[in-house]
Amino acid sequence: MENQLKNDFKKIVKTSGFSKKDIDIKKIYLNEFIKKGFPNKKLENWKFSDINQIIKKNIGDLDFYNDYSFPNKIDSSIFVNGLEHNKIVFINGRIEKIEFNYEDENKIEILDQMELKDKNNFENSLIDLNNAFTNKYYKIVVKEDYGLKKPLIIYHTTKENLHLKNINLRLDFLLKKNSSLRLIDISNDLSEKNFINTIYNFELNQDSILKNYKIDQKTNSNIKYSFNNIDQDINSVSETFVLSCGSNFIKNEINCNLNGKYSSAFINGIFSLNEKRHHEIRTSINHLIDNTKSYQLVKSVLDNDSKSVYQGKIFVNSDAQKTDGYQLSKAILLSENAEFNAKPELEIYADDVKCSHGSASGSLNQDSIFYLMSRGLNYKQAKELLINGFLLDVVEKITDSQIRNLIKNLIGVKE
Amino acid sequence: MREKELEKLKDYKYGFSTDIESFKAPKGLSEEVIKFISKIKREPQWLLEWRMKAFERLKVLKEPNWQKPKYPKIDYQDLYYYSAPKSFKDKPKNLDELDPKLLETYKKLGIPLQEQKRLNNIAVDAVFDSVSVATTFKEKLTEKGIIFCSISEAVQKHPELVKKYLGTVIPLTDHFFATLNSAVFTDGSFVYIPPNVKCPMELSTYFRINASDTGQFERTLIIADKGSYVSYLEGCTAPMRDENQLHAANVELIALDDAEIKYSTVQNWYPGDKDGKGGIYNFVTKRGLCKGNNSKISWTQVETGSAITWKYPSCILKGDNSIGEFYSIAITNNHQKADTGTKMIHLGKNTKSKIISKGISAGFSDMTYRGLVDISPKALNSNNYTQCDSLLMGNKCGAHTVPYIKNKNSESNIAHEATTSKISEEQLHYCQQRGLNSEEAVGLIVNGFCKEVLQQLPMEFAVEAQKLVGISLEGSVG
Repeated sequence: MENQLKNDFKKIVKTSGFSKKDIDIKKIYLNEFIKKGFPNKKLENWKFSDINQIIKKNIGDLDFYNDYSFPNKIDSSIFVNGLEHNKIVFINGRIEKIEFNYEDENKIEILDQMELKDKNNFENSLIDLNNAFTNKYYKIVVKEDYGLKKPLIIYHTTKENLHLKNINLRLDFLLKKNSSLRLIDISNDLSEKNFINTIYNFELNQDSILKNYKIDQKTNSNIKYSFNNIDQDINSVSETFVLSCGSNFIKNEINCNLNGKYSSAFINGIFSLNEKRHHEIRTSINHLIDNTKSYQLVKSVLDNDSKSVYQGKIFVNSDAQKTDGYQLSKAILLSENAEFNAKPELEIYADDVKCSHGSASGSLNQDSIFYLMSRGLNYKQAKELLINGFLLDVVEKITDSQIRNLIKNLIGVKE
Repeated sequence: MREKELEKLKDYKYGFSTDIESFKAPKGLSEEVIKFISKIKREPQWLLEWRMKAFERLKVLKEPNWQKPKYPKIDYQDLYYYSAPKSFKDKPKNLDELDPKLLETYKKLGIPLQEQKRLNNIAVDAVFDSVSVATTFKEKLTEKGIIFCSISEAVQKHPELVKKYLGTVIPLTDHFFATLNSAVFTDGSFVYIPPNVKCPMELSTYFRINASDTGQFERTLIIADKGSYVSYLEGCTAPMRDENQLHAANVELIALDDAEIKYSTVQNWYPGDKDGKGGIYNFVTKRGLCKGNNSKISWTQVETGSAITWKYPSCILKGDNSIGEFYSIAITNNHQKADTGTKMIHLGKNTKSKIISKGISAGFSDMTYRGLVDISPKALNSNNYTQCDSLLMGNKCGAHTVPYIKNKNSESNIAHEATTSKISEEQLHYCQQRGLNSEEAVGLIVNGFCKEVLQQLPMEFAVEAQKLVGISLEGSVG
């Protein structure tokens, strides 16, 4: 793999026109990745999902070089109907369109210069890989006191011609004081057997609000990794919702640093899996100062040979008194080969805190099924009704009503 | 000087050392030392070969380092692996021949070894450094066919049982400390309960480390044959020394069809002084195998001592309808550290497990609950319930919960709950209003917090444990 990486890196350097400084920094990341390789299950964070093996088994050898010199045609049929929105369109990893038609131009700034930091404070080789191979990344700044009128939808589209490739994407967001952003990620994959590595960085200044909804619904055989880093200042709010259904493998990692007082983070997720899919959500919420709050709810419905993993960690620093942290994960296993793994972790160094977690997994409640069937439903209807109710609980946590309805329609949950 | 010593003993009353001449193996870990131990214990060839196999394996194994409490590297060549009171070179035949100093030690510890003092109905096997010094109530137990003796004696008298079961639950190929124990274990208890016998009294082992620079590596093997029942208690203390001492024991439990084993531990090794100097490293491997159908193994532990406690008493629920239970109170104060919990491995159908863990940390201490619940695809209709609560006193200590939950079976249920909190002002206020001082009030609340676990202990131990809970937290309030 080492030679492949080095050759592909050379190709990128040749075609992309990076500055000397950037190339030097990228080289550091490349060497770091070569040293560490893909994470495997010896690493605590990858205990339940050995991505090294998963890539080997499903893809084999990856090609890290993509030719970004030609634009791709945008197929407008992928756009969401009935919801006015701003767009960013990625096709095969190339940014094809950034469009903020509904917003005040002066209030949004799009910076496209690279500003790689040569300091790597993550122990995560996939971030190194991303830094080494990202083509170009943008930083979107929402200015003070401005709330976006319409949501921003980011379309992650891949086409049939993409095969056995590694794609690295990165976007940064800065929400200045008292601003707000609603963000929806929708993936739309026609390609097969690629590894897609996405990194978002969010910086939330005082009183800002971020709502991020990630939708991975379309069935595909790609392997995906997504990392969100959220830094929150005083009184800011972040809400993350993950709908995890379609890809062959996906791991969503959310790292949230509550740096400012009264800041709060909400993470909700649904796994609805069948066949051999293997999905994971790993969260790590760091309460670094007093009076912060976090809430997490993750539910899984698992059929066939599918597997879901939830690793949630609440860290409470010794200064973070009056922390309120809550974490709940529940799973319904519909088939005897389905598997649910959880590692809900608490690491607490302050005494005046309220932290709890709960985890439950099992089959559908037979008594409930009996109750419904005795009222005239057949088995299938009863089962569907119960699952519907089970998932509705999470969907209702979505605070934006427009998007809540959109997601309800997508997964067919009824009220 | 004397007064100073007494002052010290106030904090840890078992902290005295016995001035007794001891007979040690050469320092360090080597083939010769293992041969020496084996020879001095007059062990058969197969056991020596078994030890050697473990030693070979040890050469390639690495010390694990994933645990939360880190410790300075242990120099395994700087330890004595065998230490016995000198008078033991030729084993005394009965208690009258026992060194009076030893008897005195056990008297001080509150363990009556002498015949006339055995009023309470508990049979005791006392282990002093590396050897078992006395086993009481032997005759009465023999009547029922129960074998309760030191493991060295069992090797001589019941080799077929030892050979059949030794290493079946904790194999030679296990982790570093377990394998180290297999190579150099010195003594420990052996219990065999014949079919359909209910052991009439509590069996108990009392461990004491006395000599300095020694590690204690005892091995306990308990076999409950079909339909039998046994309740076993374990207690431990050590003198106060400034250096850290290693205690790496292996405990294997085997429950056959319809048998039940109840294993209780009150661990009170020397925890080190207020600044975290000295204390025992308690790195113990405890594992129970519910081999037969309808068998049950229950672990109860009260962990108040040791500088570092690192252990996970586990149950392998192999037989159908078998039950595993784990009740734990772990208290850390000053600079103590604990990383403890359990593993429940469900293999058989209709297996059940229950985990109740209560952690209390005060001072500068750090406490971690780490547990695994693994329900395999074949363990249909299995159930697990886990509850782990942590109580924090002050903001210099830490409490962590790291549960691993694996459900590979759609017909099984797992429920896990954890909370972390501190003693609420209202509760304290309520108690103080009724005339308790703050220390008493905390003691009362903590005892209430631990009650679910304390109830599981046999009577005599419950009282002791309750007191211990109070003592361990002394000075942590206010």
